[in-house]
Amino acid sequence: MAGFDKVVASYEEALAGLTDNMTVIAGGFGLCGIPENLISEIKRKGTKGLTLVSNNCGVDDFGLGVLLPNRQIKKIIASYVGENAEFERQMMAGELEVELTPQGTLAEKMRAGGAGIPAFFTATGVGTPVAEGKEVRSFNGRDYILEEALIGDFAIVKAWKADRYGNLIFRKTARNFNPLAATAGKITVVEVEEIVEVGSLDPDQIHTPGIYVDRLIQGTFEKRIEQRTTRPADPHKVKGA
Amino acid sequence: MALSREQIAQRVAQELKDGYYVNLGIGIPTLVANYIPQDIEVMLQSENGLLGMGQFPTIDEIDADLINAGKQTVTMVKGASVFDSAESFAMIRGGHVDLTVLGAFEVDANGNIASYMIPGKLIKGMGGAMDLVAGAENIIVTMTHASKHGVSKLLKNCTLPLTGRGCIKKVLTDLAFMEIKDGKFHLLERAPGVSVEEIIQLTEGELVVNGDIAEMKL
Repeated sequence: MAGFDKVVASYEEALAGLTDNMTVIAGGFGLCGIPENLISEIKRKGTKGLTLVSNNCGVDDFGLGVLLPNRQIKKIIASYVGENAEFERQMMAGELEVELTPQGTLAEKMRAGGAGIPAFFTATGVGTPVAEGKEVRSFNGRDYILEEALIGDFAIVKAWKADRYGNLIFRKTARNFNPLAATAGKITVVEVEEIVEVGSLDPDQIHTPGIYVDRLIQGTFEKRIEQRTTRPADPHKVKGA
Repeated sequence: MALSREQIAQRVAQELKDGYYVNLGIGIPTLVANYIPQDIEVMLQSENGLLGMGQFPTIDEIDADLINAGKQTVTMVKGASVFDSAESFAMIRGGHVDLTVLGAFEVDANGNIASYMIPGKLIKGMGGAMDLVAGAENIIVTMTHASKHGVSKLLKNCTLPLTGRGCIKKVLTDLAFMEIKDGKFHLLERAPGVSVEEIIQLTEGELVVNGDIAEMKL
């Protein structure tokens, strides 16, 4: 590795230094835009006692859900757990600590963490279980609760393209939490579908500047679809037209 | 007759206005997209980071990188934009979305809503619902009026953990369209063939019935 070149040779190297009881922030929404291979590497390493920050926890056999059976996750901070039976079981049984966090608050906690803002006030969750134990302040006659920022020992991120300096471009709704997670890791590890030469990405089109990225690796992805919904093809339309 | 899910969606669609940015929740609200009047333009916001959500893809168009908040594969309309989750909730919390439609387990006469968990039974998580109800001025809740056993879901006080406090002003059920103000439900319309008495009987919270209540037009 030299200068700003962030490319590492292996997934083992990508997650070197990840140890038990660390906090990991992960990008992705459902199974869309998740760092699949980095998750597999965490499973392979067997790292335990992790606090995971992610919107969802994947499904039973894919995404972050694969870390549940081996009890690698101690605590998860997430907004939605609906489609994951093992998650729900561990949560109900009190085997897994869960901090349900509203989706927008979760995104803002990452953004704030990465931007050096320790906490912020939001109206989201006022008067609900989310507000329990949190400071309430009134601004212009409306109540807001104080939410604290999040920083991870590691952030694991999936992007579409990158140059070797770690400038990132995401694709469609696979962007979701990824750019926010990228800013909020003490060590940010990014896996991408394609690494291109420096200078070949248009600076105006970069979603995440390379300053946030510590390690970069190119992977191959299954990109499993959670809900395959379709409409019938228009019979009059010529394929490819 | 109580409204079907499709009919609830059809009635909600009548509340859409030209130029509206709209967030549709999972379930019945999603169906509203099928009934957008032809003569108006509406842009659908999906909180996972898409403004300008289109219809479901054909098999050839399926793209794993393009889903809605319900994790269903979707398409984008012309003029769509994509963005990260912080940007998405800036739109929502910042009050830029004109109308939000979402489901609920319970709503009460003070405008409280419960929709994300049933302690000891069901834990789904709030997803973006808490931000949506906190951020939107204009919210329509769609739900069934009562349980299968005839237990009202329109209550004096919600019994389940709240998703939002004092934020719901309009509720459309399979039986009635109601407004919430001054700690009461106000009956605006009834489903075709459903009597006012039936609605009163299945509404636990105080229900104001003012004059003749018109049937919904579908």
